[in-house]
Amino acid sequence: MSQTESYLAHKGFKSWALTMDHKRIGVMYLVTTHLFFLIGGFLALLLRLKLLSPGPALFSAHTYDVLFTMHGAMMIFLFIIPAIPSSLGNFFIPLLIGARDVAFPKLNLFSYYLFVSGILVILISLVQPIDTGWTFYTPFSAENSAAVTTVSFGLFLVGMSSILTGLNFIVTIHTLRAPGMTWYRLPLFIWGMYGTSVIQVLSTPVIGITFLLLVAERLFGVGFFDPAKGGDPLLFQHFFWFYSHPVVYVMILPAMGIISEVIPCFARKPIFGYKAIAYSALAIAFISFLVWGHHMFVSGMSTTAGVIFSFLTFFVAVPTGMKIFNWIATLYKGSISLDSPMLWALTFIFLFIIGGLTGLFLGSLATDVHVHDTYFLVAHFHYTMMGGTVMGLFSGLHYWYPKITGRMLDERWAKHAWWMIVVGFNVTFFPMFILGMQGMPRRYAEYPAKYHSLNVLATVGSWLLAVGIVIMFANFIRSLNRGAIAPANPWEALTLEWQVPSPPPEENFEVIPTVTDWPYSYGKETGDTRGK
Amino acid sequence: MAYYKSYVMVWIALIVLTGATVGVSFLNLGLWNAAVALVIASTKATLVGLYFMHLRHEIKLVIGFALFPLLFLALIIIGTLSDTMTR
Amino acid sequence: MASKEKAGKGAPVAARLGIWTFLATELLLFGGLFTAYTVFRITYPDLFHQEHLKLNRLLGALNTVVLLTSSLSMAVAIAAIRQGKKRLMQAGIVLTLVLAAAFLAIKYMEWTEDFARGLYPGSNLFFGLYFVMTGLHGLHVIFGMCVMLYLVVQGQRNRFSADYHTPVEITGLYWHFVDLVWIYLFPLLYLIG
Repeated sequence: MSQTESYLAHKGFKSWALTMDHKRIGVMYLVTTHLFFLIGGFLALLLRLKLLSPGPALFSAHTYDVLFTMHGAMMIFLFIIPAIPSSLGNFFIPLLIGARDVAFPKLNLFSYYLFVSGILVILISLVQPIDTGWTFYTPFSAENSAAVTTVSFGLFLVGMSSILTGLNFIVTIHTLRAPGMTWYRLPLFIWGMYGTSVIQVLSTPVIGITFLLLVAERLFGVGFFDPAKGGDPLLFQHFFWFYSHPVVYVMILPAMGIISEVIPCFARKPIFGYKAIAYSALAIAFISFLVWGHHMFVSGMSTTAGVIFSFLTFFVAVPTGMKIFNWIATLYKGSISLDSPMLWALTFIFLFIIGGLTGLFLGSLATDVHVHDTYFLVAHFHYTMMGGTVMGLFSGLHYWYPKITGRMLDERWAKHAWWMIVVGFNVTFFPMFILGMQGMPRRYAEYPAKYHSLNVLATVGSWLLAVGIVIMFANFIRSLNRGAIAPANPWEALTLEWQVPSPPPEENFEVIPTVTDWPYSYGKETGDTRGK
Repeated sequence: MAYYKSYVMVWIALIVLTGATVGVSFLNLGLWNAAVALVIASTKATLVGLYFMHLRHEIKLVIGFALFPLLFLALIIIGTLSDTMTR
Repeated sequence: MASKEKAGKGAPVAARLGIWTFLATELLLFGGLFTAYTVFRITYPDLFHQEHLKLNRLLGALNTVVLLTSSLSMAVAIAAIRQGKKRLMQAGIVLTLVLAAAFLAIKYMEWTEDFARGLYPGSNLFFGLYFVMTGLHGLHVIFGMCVMLYLVVQGQRNRFSADYHTPVEITGLYWHFVDLVWIYLFPLLYLIG
C-alpha cells in the first residue's frame, strides 16, 4: 500500500477490530472513554437534580448511593484514568518521538480488549448495582450483598489493561526515539506520559491485589480487613490509597504535558524552564508514592503517621508550583493567540491553581479534620480532576482534532462551548467550597434546609455545564464531515506530529526523521533557542 | 559449556543454602531466626537474579529496571508500618 | 557469541525492558501480600509462631528444591537455544514443565492435608496469608506452565533458533521470578512464621 495513504483509509469493522495501529487503537480508546464520560456526566446531572430539594425527592436514598458510586467509579476508572494516556497517549507518543508505532503493537490491542472485557464484567454487576462509593472501603464492601466481587474482577481487568499500556509506553519511549531525539529534545508531553506510565506500572498492581483480597474476604472468609478476625480495615485503605493517590497524578500529569505543548505554541515563545518542567513530572510521579496517608487522617490512622504523611504531602506542591510558574513565564511577553486549545490551556492553569491550593487545606492535618468528607473535598477534587485533567484533555482534543480527523473544528462553536463550560463549571463547584466550609457532609441524599440556596445554584450550574458539553461534542461530531479540511500544520507547531499530513499516514513517517533541535524554537528562525 | 557449569554450581549453592535455612530453623535463636532466614533468602535471590536471570551481564538500564521497583516495595511496607507500629 | 554477549545477548532490549517492567508489577502485586504479612506478623507474633508449626516443613523444603531445579533446567534451555541447540532446549523446557507439575502436586498434597485437619483460609490470619500467598503463587506457576506448553509446541514447529528465541528468554525470566517469590515465601511461611 502507498505510504502516504491516511491511517483512516481502510474501512470496515475488521480493519478496526483487528488493527495494531497505535492511532486506531488510540481512537478506539477515545470513543470508549468519552462514552463513559457522557454516561457518568448524565448520572451527575441526576444527582444534582435530586439535590435541588433538601428532602426526599425523585428517587430513594439507596438509589442515590448507587448513582454516586456509579458516577465516581465510571468517571475515575473508565474515563479519567485512561482518557488521556490510552487515547491521546497512544495516538501521539509514537508520532511525537518519531516512531512508526509503539514497542509492542499486539500487546497494545490486547490492552484495549482487556479494557473492554473489564467494562463488560462491570456492566454485568448492574444486576445488583454496588453502593459502596468508588473507594470500596471495608468492612462495608466485604459484607454487603451487592455485586462487589464482580466489579472487583472487572476493575482488575481494567487495571491490567492500564498496566500493559504503561509498560508499552515506557519501553516505547526508551527504545523507539528517532535518531537525534535525545531526552532533552523530547516534547514535554512525552515526559509527562513517562512519569504517568511509571506510576501506572508500579501502583496499579497494588490495587489489583487489594481487589483480589477483597474477593478472598468475600468468598473464602479470609479476614485481613475484618476486625472480628484480627484483621485491620485500615490496611485496606493503605493499599487502596497506595494506588489511588499516585493515580491522581496519572490523571493530571498527561494533562500537564498537553498544557506544556499548547502554551508555547500559542504564545509563540520557547517554553520557559524546559528541564524544570521535565524533571518536575518525574518528581511528582515519585513524591506521589509518599503521600497516600493524607486520605486517612480521620480514619483512625496513628497521629505519628498523620504528621509524617501531612508533612510529605506539602512536597508535592513544589514541583507542581514550578510547572505553573514556568507556564506563566512562557506566556510573559509572548504573542498570544486565543484559539480554542489555548483558551482551554489557560482555563486549566486558572482552575488547577484553585484545585491545587485547596488541596493543601486538605493535606494539612489540622484543617483536614475540619473539612474532611464535606463538600469542600468534593469541590477540591472536581477542580483538580475536571478543572485540571478534563480541561487539559479538552485543550488536547481541540489542539489535536485536526491531526486525528483531518478536519478543523468550528472555532466559533468551540468558543461558545468554552464559555458555557467555564461558567457552568464554576457555578456548579465553587458553591461546594462554601457548603463544605459550612459543614455540609458529602455522600448524603438529603441535607438541612440551611444549605438549600447554594445547592440550587450548583444544580443550575450543572445544567449550564451540560449544555456546554453537548455543544462541544456536537461540534466534534459535526466537524467530522463538515469541518474544513485541515492542513498538515494548522497551528504552525514544531513537534513532529505536525510535520506529517493530517490525518497521518498509516506508517506515520515516510522516512524516520532525524531530529536536530528541541521542538520549542518558537519565534526564532532556527537553531537551539535554549541559550541565554 | 562454561554456562552450563556455572548454572550447576549456582544450583548446588542454592540447594545448600536451602538446607542451611531449614537447619537453622530448628534452632531457637529468637529474633535472629527471622534475620538469618531473610539473609539466606536474599542471598539465594541474588544468585538467581545474577546468574539465571543474567543480570550479571545486563546493560545498566535493564539493571535499573530490575532494582528500581524494590524501592517501591520498601515504600509500601514502611509507609504502612509507620501507621500500624505507632497506633 | 562474543559480539552478542556485549549487547546483553538473547532477546532485544525492548523485550527485556518489557518483561522486567512486567516483573516490577508482579513484585508489587505480591508486595501487598508481603505488607499484610509484615503487619500481621508484628501484631500477632504468637499466633504466627504457633500456627506455622502446623505446616509440613519438609514438604516445603522439598518443593523449594523442586522449584530451584526447575529454574536450573530453564536456564539450561535458554543457554542451549542461544547456541542453537534445539533438542537440548526442548528437553530443558519439558523438564521444567514436569518439575512445575511436581511442585503443584506437592502443593496439592499439602493443601489437602490442611483441609483434612480443618485448616481453611478463614481459620485465622496466618492461614489466610498462607493460602492466599501460596494460592496466588500457584496461579503464577499454572500460568507459567501454559506459556511453556506453548513454547514446546512452537519448538516442535522449529520456530526458535540461535537468532530468534525472544519468547523463550522472557518466559525464562518470568519463571525465575516465580522461583524468586517462592524463595521468600518458603522461609516466611514455613520457617519463621
